Amino acid sequence: MTEQRKLRILIAKPGLDGHDRGAKVVARSLRDAGMEVIYTGLHQTPEMIVATAIQEDVDAVGLSIMSGAHNVLMPAVVEGLRQKGGGDIVVFGGGIIPDDDIPRLREQGVHQIFTPGTSTENIVKWIRENIKPR
Amino acid sequence: MISLDALRAREVRACARLMRWLDDGLPEARVLLKQLYPHAGKAWLVGITGNPGAGKSTLVDGLIQKFRTRGQTVAVVAVDPSSPFSRGAILGDRIRMQQHALDEGVFIRSFATRGHLGGLASTTADVVHALDAMGWDVILVETVGVGQDEVEIQNLAHTTLVVMAPGMGDEIQAIKAGILEIADVFVVNKADRDGADRTVRELQMMLELGSSVEEPEDGRGHESQARKDFAGPMRRLGPRGWRPRIVKTVGLTGEGLDGLVEAMLEHKKAYQEAMKDVDFKKALLRREFLEIFRRTLLQRGWSYLMHEDHIREIVEELFGGKTDPYTLAEQAVSALGRL
Repeated sequence: MTEQRKLRILIAKPGLDGHDRGAKVVARSLRDAGMEVIYTGLHQTPEMIVATAIQEDVDAVGLSIMSGAHNVLMPAVVEGLRQKGGGDIVVFGGGIIPDDDIPRLREQGVHQIFTPGTSTENIVKWIRENIKPR
Repeated sequence: MISLDALRAREVRACARLMRWLDDGLPEARVLLKQLYPHAGKAWLVGITGNPGAGKSTLVDGLIQKFRTRGQTVAVVAVDPSSPFSRGAILGDRIRMQQHALDEGVFIRSFATRGHLGGLASTTADVVHALDAMGWDVILVETVGVGQDEVEIQNLAHTTLVVMAPGMGDEIQAIKAGILEIADVFVVNKADRDGADRTVRELQMMLELGSSVEEPEDGRGHESQARKDFAGPMRRLGPRGWRPRIVKTVGLTGEGLDGLVEAMLEHKKAYQEAMKDVDFKKALLRREFLEIFRRTLLQRGWSYLMHEDHIREIVEELFGGKTDPYTLAEQAVSALGRL
């Protein structure tokens, strides 16, 4: 109708693991919370995720990684966004990520990490509190 | 701020941001649309519609490839439905177009319908005009998976493809109204499946039957014309005498895509020929204006009622039983003129 700002979130699966159940559950919860979720499927390179985030003008990118390659892939997306003029796009992540890795990921610009057992309500709540439509 | 130069240079960031502004209905976007308008009119607008699961996204993916090979830049507008309950959406059309993610000659943008019916988002026309003015050569608009009545795409696209797959039950029956009438090219996709030839035959038969029914002259005066213009279904505006082509494809392997592109180009040529006709061109301008007028009116009306909060007084008056909603609606419309 007239002005209606909506949160747009890209949910992406970088790397080689094929476990997308978590990503799909999160995508659905965000949709049910009234957000617009762009989902791009499996096996994305950081470059593809960055290009998609910019083209879709999303407010945030959620990365789901089960392969153990989070220390490489997550910072690569943050850096890629910065280089392409999307440094203001919030990056968060989830998956099987050891607690010890989290502080360093945060230092490298990943805003939040959700480990197994996090409720989808918590993810929705965090997004609502920390991300605003730009 | 978005600069006109950045848009004209097809800078991705600026492009993407304008799409967002348009989608969210920001007033700044309208200012840019006015500046862009003189530059529009060069792109070829192609609509791709059809039942859910017919293979539209995969076909779009294949078409991007074909047009890129011909050296043309391609923008894709992919529309998916919003949930009527949460108003959220999952936009998944890109999944099938990932091979073009890094190609700078391709711009893909997903939109949610946000409650708009008709197979598109309410802002799709603006989005497409903007992409046109930015200089994208081909603009592919993929509608939501539609049933029978979601035919809005034909008012926007120069060339409309209706995609269907064989073996989806009595498929021709299901699409015989509405969507059957809007196709410039029928695509029987997944043609490696059983029943593809039957689907083609049924389509041919349907077309032969359809062509013998001439549309009656409209003698019902201008009120009915206004009704038609605003509420649709619109009369079909396209090259006179065009007989819809039927093409078989297998989206996944790319089989038949060359034939599809050929049929599309034939239609493009016929369309461009028709554009030389002053009356045709005026009919298009008329349709475009009416659509923009309708949306402007709605927007103004909404802002008068909601943002300026006149709706509150109106509800109070209704509650007091002093007057009827018809009178109040007329009064509200008269008040709009003073905005």
